[in-house]
This record gives sequence, C-alpha cells and structure tokens, in this order.
Amino acid sequence: MANIENERPRAADTDFLATMTRFLIRTAQAIAMPAAAVLVALASGAVLLALSGFNGWDVFDVMLVGVFSDTRSVAEILLKAIPLILIGVGLCVAFRCSIWNIGAEGQLYAGAVAATVVGVSFEGLTPWLYVPLVMIAGALAGAAWAGIAGLLKVYFRASEIVTTIMLNYIALISTSYLVTGPLKDAAAAYPQSARLFKEAWMPRILPPTRLHIGILVAIALAIAFYVFLFRSSAGFAVRVVGTNQHAARYAGMNVGRNVLLAICISGAMAGLAGAFEVAGVTHRLYQNISPGYGFEGIAVALLANNNPFGAIFSGILFAVLRSGSELMQITAQVPQVLVSVIQGMVILSVVAFGVYRFRSATRPK
Amino acid sequence: MEDVATLGFIATTIGATWRLATPLIFASIGEVFSERAGVLNIGLEGVMLMGAFVGFAAVFATGSLPLGLLSAVLGGMAVGLVFAFFTITVKADQIVVGAAINLLGMGLTAFLFRTYFVGTGKGVEIAQPLDLPGLSDLPFFGEALFRQNAIVYSTLLVVLIAVFVLYKTSFGLTLRAVGEHPKAVDVVGRSVAAYRYGAVLIGTGLAGLGGGFLTLGHSNQFVEGITSGRGFIALAVVVFARWSPIGAFLVSLLFGLFYALQLQLQAQPALNIPYQALQALPYVMTIVALVMVRNKGDTPKTLGVPYNKA
Repeated sequence: MANIENERPRAADTDFLATMTRFLIRTAQAIAMPAAAVLVALASGAVLLALSGFNGWDVFDVMLVGVFSDTRSVAEILLKAIPLILIGVGLCVAFRCSIWNIGAEGQLYAGAVAATVVGVSFEGLTPWLYVPLVMIAGALAGAAWAGIAGLLKVYFRASEIVTTIMLNYIALISTSYLVTGPLKDAAAAYPQSARLFKEAWMPRILPPTRLHIGILVAIALAIAFYVFLFRSSAGFAVRVVGTNQHAARYAGMNVGRNVLLAICISGAMAGLAGAFEVAGVTHRLYQNISPGYGFEGIAVALLANNNPFGAIFSGILFAVLRSGSELMQITAQVPQVLVSVIQGMVILSVVAFGVYRFRSATRPK
Repeated sequence: MEDVATLGFIATTIGATWRLATPLIFASIGEVFSERAGVLNIGLEGVMLMGAFVGFAAVFATGSLPLGLLSAVLGGMAVGLVFAFFTITVKADQIVVGAAINLLGMGLTAFLFRTYFVGTGKGVEIAQPLDLPGLSDLPFFGEALFRQNAIVYSTLLVVLIAVFVLYKTSFGLTLRAVGEHPKAVDVVGRSVAAYRYGAVLIGTGLAGLGGGFLTLGHSNQFVEGITSGRGFIALAVVVFARWSPIGAFLVSLLFGLFYALQLQLQAQPALNIPYQALQALPYVMTIVALVMVRNKGDTPKTLGVPYNKA
C-alpha cells in the first residue's frame, strides 16, 4: 500500500539521475491509476447518457469547452474546489487512521452555522480580526461536531459510520430550524439568515470573479497535512493506529487520542469549508448551503489515495465535473445528478484497480 | 393536550408504527444475513433507493403491483451483485465500496427519475389496506393493527422464515460459520465466497423490497432520496438487535414508533414543539441506541474482513 511512499532515497544511491528516474516512475504510477479510474467513470457516464437518449460525446464536448471558456469560468471551478479540497484533505487524515467519517456534510453545516453566528454578531470589527475569527469559528464547530462521533467511538465503541451519518441529518435539520427560527432574517420572506457584516467576508483575490482567499488556505493546508501525515511523528502515529491498532498500542501510542485527533482534524476541515461557503460565497446561511460537498469529499480523498497533496488535484477535478454538470443541465437538459453517478464510478474504478485491496486485511477489529 | 392521550390517537400511532417499521424490518433482517456471513453493507441506503425506484418504474410501466415488488427485489439484488463482486471477488474494502454504492444508488435513481418521470406527476396504484376477517373487527386492536396492506403483514412471515433459515437449516448454520470462522468452512470443502454472495443477495433483495414498500405500499410516488437515511438506520438496528432476526424485527418496531410519534405529534400544533425537533427524533435515537448497546463482543468475528484462501 501507499503507506511506504515516504520512503527516502538511501545514502548509497546519491546518483541524481537514478533518483530522478525513480521519482518520475513513482509519479507516473501515482497518476496513472487515478487517471484510468476517471476515464472509466467518464466512459460509464457517457454510456448512461447514450442509453438515456443524449449524445454523450456532444455533452462532454460542450462541457469541457464551456468550463474553461474564460477567466470567470476557471475562477468558478476553483471556487467550487475550495470545499472539496478542504474536506478531501481532512478525510485523507481520517481515512489514514481508518476512521470512516461519512459526516463531513454535517460538519460543514456546523461550521457554516458557527461562521454565521460570529459573522452577524460583531459589527465594526476590523477584517484583519474578523476574517480569521470566522474561519476559526467554523473549524472549531466542525471539529466539535465530528468530535461527538469520535468520543462515542472511543468511549462507547459506537460505529462512527452510523453516528456521523445520523449527525449529518441532525445538522441539516438543525440548520433548517435555525434559518426559519432564531437566525432568520426578519425582513426576508424565505428562510435565510441575516447578511454577514462586510468585514467578515472572505477577501476576493481575482476581482471581478468570486474567487476568494479560501483557495490559498486550502492549498496551504493540503501541503501542511501532507507534511503532518508523512513527515511528522504525530502523523506517523495516526497512520500506525489506522494500520494496526495492536501494534500501535504495543508501541505505546494512545489509540483513543489519535482517533480523536484524526476525526477532529477532518471535522475542522469540513467546518472551515462551511465557513468559507457562508463568508466567501453566499454571505448568508441557507438551508441547502451545500450541494453534497461532504459526500463528494469522500471520493476526492479516495481518488487521491488518501494523500492530502493529491487531494488538491482530485478536488479540482471534481470541481470541473461539477461545473460541467451544471453546464450540461443548462445547455443540454442533462440532469445534474449525473455527477453523483460519475463519483460512485470513480470510487469503484479506484477500488477495481486494486488500491484498497489489502487495507481490510490489516484493519484491526 | 387532552387529545394526545385518546384511544384513537394511540390506535393510529400503533398502526403507523408497524407500517413505518416495515422498510426497516425488511432491510435490517436482510442485513442480519449479510453481516452474519461477515459482510457489512453500508451501501444499504443506495440499495433501498434502487428498490424504491425500480419498483415504482415497473408498476408505472405495467400497472402490476406484484411485478413491481418483484422488480424492487431484483433491483436491490442487482446492486447487491455489484457490491458482492467488489467486496468478495475483488476483496476491496467493504466500507469504500458501500460508499460508492450509496453515491451510485442516489445518483442513478435521481438521474433516471429526472430523465423519464419528472413532470409526469402521476403516482401509481399501491397496495391497499387488507382487512383480516375477524381480527380487524376486534375493538381497539383491530383498528390499531389489522388495517394494513399485505406487505406490512408479510413482515411477520419474513421474520419466521429468517429465523428458520438462519437457525434450523444447514445453509443457515454454514452461513453463520462463514462469518465466525471462514477457514473452517473452507476446510470442509464449502465455498466461503458462494455463501457470502448468497448472504449479500438475500440482504440486498430484502433491502430492495424495503425500498419498494416506500413507493408501492406507503407513498405512491418516487421522490429523490425517498429513503431519507433508512438504510443507515437499518445498520444501527442490526447492531442494537445483536444480529438476531427477531431482535431486528422488534428494534425496527421501536424505530417505527419514533417515526410514528414524529408524524402524529406534528399533527398536534397545540404541543408547540418545533417540527424539526420531531424530525430529528429517529436520528437522535439511532445514536442513543448505539451508545446503549456498546460492543459486547458478539459481533460476527470476521465482519468487514475479506477472506483470503491462502
């Protein structure tokens, strides 16, 4: 498995050419599998389109030309990539620890709610304080929401798969309550919160497009968590716990603490994604603020082989697919949910190419 | 407040409990088979959605309810076959494949529904309540329990068959052994893979039927995401039921009660509870249930672990 990919060149082979060759081969190997998986998934999407009476080729053609047509389109892709990269990176950490956090969607909502509460509360605060404050609030709320499932797992051995999914529903229902009740904008006819103060908005980096600093934060965090997982002893402990709990315990690692750490990191990243959606895109809290980014993040992480650095690229790829599917809906009346089918096929293809094959065999009971 | 405690209210709630428990009963008993053989199928939500959609589409096209229910079972099994192939033959991680199955079930049913049915707005003919001679006329209990459609009554039959197959047949014994000690089954010359395929197909067939009940015995329409988490709740039901079919039946009824209370109390504006609090009830109770049982060690030994012959 890819657990060994932090293997460093040994002292003997200092030959630059050999090192470079090995690096290139490894990179090619790392890219070939996901690329093939995506192609298979797109092909099955095309088959489904054809079976339903659409012209698959035309649809993809329109989609690919359309999404890269101008600066604005590219900026919109990167805007969608922000939550996908953040959630994907967080899930890389959780999945490496064998924590199956399926609750990123709910953690995103928790972050969005916290960011809204903070964002409508402190009038006149300088953006230099307000913007980081909103981000921190979102991340903390997401971590806390995921932490519930983490604590239940550590202390009651309750399966995090089921608890995180239940917490998704509870977060969605609570958000619906908040925007129709306590957080509702009194002046609005529809369920929505008041607008966040301008000082809390995420600064835009490519006006007039909506792209904001979130993309830089997401990329920076992806690199940071790559270093954490593969270059730090704390990250090593997380991975050991994920591979073999008995070995981890034998080596004196605190399994429960690492489990909590991993699930809270993934929750914090999803919460931050929620804060960015509210403070960077909509500037208000709505009932349906996420089109399913939390679930899409699972595919982002798996396609990247749970490597946070790779999640940058798989996140952007899924953002392209999402933008494309919106375009398909508008220009060719192809239902946008096709993107879910393609995501599912991506995961199955990744699996079929053997990446996850040996994981279960070593997964502790 | 007075009207909450009336006999009529209680009777309606009890009747609704059984009806609303029905999809959970099918799905959780099916999942008992699957997990007893060592296969954890978190793709149950996607399987149920497929059953709900295929069943609806079949009745929409043919007008035949039995054909619709059969299609729901087969639709669930078709998804189950994909799941089984990847988890048993390819030996991929069951959770990863399950997550993919959920995305596929969600996406495919929504895609097909929007492509072919949206805008038709038409419902289908669904199973009608069936009075049982004698029983339905009983005071109180007759009204409460025996004004259901045939699918709801059939849950009793399913429990009985499940108990018989799992505990009284050699198939059931071997199936349970596959989940506890696959090597032993292998050594006596039976195929672990075949039993696991069988268990998954039983599980997904029943889950498909549970989904089909939603469109053919409960509402008469397909709605995207109509299962609203029942597949996941069924997983928790199985844990709470300690992998026993009778337990799964009873725990499903308990969850049916939460659904019924939610609906009945929403119809009581005098209570002044935000409807979202009631909506969240089944989900909160699922977490509570999981916390209450803890892990007692009667989990099938090889649950979630692919079997390698060598």
